[in-house]
Amino acid sequence: MDGVQFCCRGCAGAFELIKGLGLGRYDERRSLTGVTQGARPEAAPVAADPSAWVVAEPDGTCRLSLMVDGLQCGACVWLIEQSLQREPGVRQARVSLSTRRLTLSWLKGAADPIALIDRVQRLGYRLVPFDPCLLQSADDGESKALLRAMAVAGFAAGNIMLLSVSVWAGHAEGMAAGTRDLFHWISALIAVPVIAYAGQPFFRSALQAIGNRRTNMDVPISLAVILAPAISLIETFRGGEHAYFDSAVTLLFFLLIGRYLDRRVRARARLAVEQLAALNATAATVVDDDGATRDLPPTSVQPGMRVLVSAGGRVPVDGVIESGASDLDLSILSGESVPVSRKAGDEVFAGAVNLTAPLRIVTRQSGAKTLLADIIGLMEAAEARRGRYVRIADRVARLYSPVVHSVALLTFLGWTLLGDMAWQPALLIAVAVLIITCPCALALAVPVVQVAASQRLMRSGILLKAGDALERLREVDYVVFDKTGTLTTGELRLLDNADPEALTIASAIAAGSRHPLARAIRRAAPRVAPKDGVREIAGSGLEFTDGAGTWRLGSHAFVGEADDGGDAQSLWLAGSDRPPVRFQFHDDFRPDGPAAIQRLRAMGCTVEICSGDRPAAVRAVATGLGIESWHGGMRPADKVAHLEQLRAAGRRVLMVGDGLNDAPALAAAQVSMAPATGTDVTQSAADIVFQGASLAAIPDVLALARTADRLMRQNLSLALVYNLAAVPLAMLGYVTPLIAALAMSSSSILVIANALRLGKMRLQ
Amino acid sequence: MTILLYLIPVALFLGALGLAAFLWALKSGQYDDLEGAASRILFDEEPPSA
Repeated sequence: MDGVQFCCRGCAGAFELIKGLGLGRYDERRSLTGVTQGARPEAAPVAADPSAWVVAEPDGTCRLSLMVDGLQCGACVWLIEQSLQREPGVRQARVSLSTRRLTLSWLKGAADPIALIDRVQRLGYRLVPFDPCLLQSADDGESKALLRAMAVAGFAAGNIMLLSVSVWAGHAEGMAAGTRDLFHWISALIAVPVIAYAGQPFFRSALQAIGNRRTNMDVPISLAVILAPAISLIETFRGGEHAYFDSAVTLLFFLLIGRYLDRRVRARARLAVEQLAALNATAATVVDDDGATRDLPPTSVQPGMRVLVSAGGRVPVDGVIESGASDLDLSILSGESVPVSRKAGDEVFAGAVNLTAPLRIVTRQSGAKTLLADIIGLMEAAEARRGRYVRIADRVARLYSPVVHSVALLTFLGWTLLGDMAWQPALLIAVAVLIITCPCALALAVPVVQVAASQRLMRSGILLKAGDALERLREVDYVVFDKTGTLTTGELRLLDNADPEALTIASAIAAGSRHPLARAIRRAAPRVAPKDGVREIAGSGLEFTDGAGTWRLGSHAFVGEADDGGDAQSLWLAGSDRPPVRFQFHDDFRPDGPAAIQRLRAMGCTVEICSGDRPAAVRAVATGLGIESWHGGMRPADKVAHLEQLRAAGRRVLMVGDGLNDAPALAAAQVSMAPATGTDVTQSAADIVFQGASLAAIPDVLALARTADRLMRQNLSLALVYNLAAVPLAMLGYVTPLIAALAMSSSSILVIANALRLGKMRLQ
Repeated sequence: MTILLYLIPVALFLGALGLAAFLWALKSGQYDDLEGAASRILFDEEPPSA
């Protein structure tokens, strides 16, 4: 295919390999939505020896688990699996798109794991072996247990409801007492073991809360779910008329659904953090004193060891450059797209990508002490702190459950002491009170609004990740933006005023460089044949000599121009016999930026920029968008500290950012948003991810959050009013199981119908 | 009404069969990758030809 442009050599190489394998249909299957993530700057790295992670089974099969970096859609899954399964000796290759992990098994001795990994790396994906036993999220047991409990409760709820409807019909039609008792017994046989099994998640949580001398929503739930079948069992023994098995099991089933959905959202977030930790796990090439080199895992590199980083490789440790000079892409740490040049004596940090020339580094810190590990730690700590936020449903529960319990107790005491009733029927009435007040509508009031809101947002390309994000968003009165990639598109564009002739020459020279400015030149003039024999001088620029003399493309110093103090985002082209020409670049604003900021202000929010970029560049963007308050040169920890200060001052902060350096700040803010163009980690740290280039998504979500909050409050009041009306009836002993089921379902339907109004809301 | 003595166990047995099928699917890892499964259905099983 001639005339096809590839974003990087990796893609071109992958394309060749795909064609060679006869897997050309990959491109038909690609179903990428929106903007893809940036191309990985690394050339295919050398596969580290995975033998330490290989598990040998007794039947001669070897098994290896690997994390896959760069997975985009189902087509990637297909490509990796197909190309591996064509290798001889491979028993199974299976990629999970949700966990981004590859399980590989082969016959011992029949295949070489290094060759298999290399095969996939040449496709452009990076593989990192890991030990499934050591990862928390690999142990998905809890989520599976919830799903099992849910299935069992669902089965029981359906069958018991079938029997209960017959009994209710029997009350009107005059069913014989024997048949009724038989139905009660069958219900009991199903309900008791099911509740004992499927109710465990709630019982555990309730016990924990009581152990800490607190109460949560799970306490009244557990009480109702245990007491209702217990008292119904006694009634069944006595041949009584009413049994509440159906109420208890149905309640349990609905609550388990909510619990399972909640749990899945949280598991995803943890997954991405572990993925980041694995990124750190590239092998480090250590140079011994006698000059020999060997590969070590980065965590086993000791301070003082010399490490070699090839051009295109990722720096594995924090340290000081001993020899060599190169341009480093620090975007993983600072979020800024312009590389910085580093020479002998300068500090470098783990996670940076070495762009132009090999470096030899003396290690200072490795493993858990590196800056990259610090960022991960910072993010986890910030997330833990945010756990202090109390959701509206829990706040209601704190008030609600003591009231419910005392009302039920009062009912029981009232009937036995004042009404001279035997304790069994009095207890039955008290349980009816517990069931009628059981927070079924209350437990639905908030989640249903959240489901309606997240579906409404999904239609506009906005992903709601945290369940309580809308509640936290409602209170926001302060919005902090990152600059590069958030307010701007993060992609440098050549300004139109460039001289076309000079641009043609510059593009020919820039063709082979990975430097972002050189790439921007290529984008402006892609149809120029590249020149051979271009030399890349690290930290300075590109040099090319032909018959007419020497051409230089690079910084102002490289071509002998004085520094005019302008921004660093310019390149100079100088020939031997002509004056230097300047190329200027601009990082474009996202569309709708000013309008979105206007709307945020109109909603009562203060807007601010916090960036890791140079203050001059931040000021330019702030002036361009009319934002008075801005901070430049902030490191990840500075951003977190700044957010903590704002929080201490009583502000409720929404943080919007896209880079890995923003991830801790995103986790520290009251609520956070990230564009879908951000890194995986940023997206996992953020509560809300928005697709598309427009910033209008931010005021849209804020407006929807405020509406959703109003609906939640309405729903809670509706549920409370319902309970207030039903409780006196229950206390007087008029509530039969039929009435309980009717009240429970009609109040739930009312609450759901109210929440669905959110779907009609129009976003601007 | 003695028919109930047959019908109810039969209904319960059929329901339990469905439950067992679900639990088996869960155990054999069919719920591990819900996103991948959505696109996996579109892949043809091609015989290795190359």
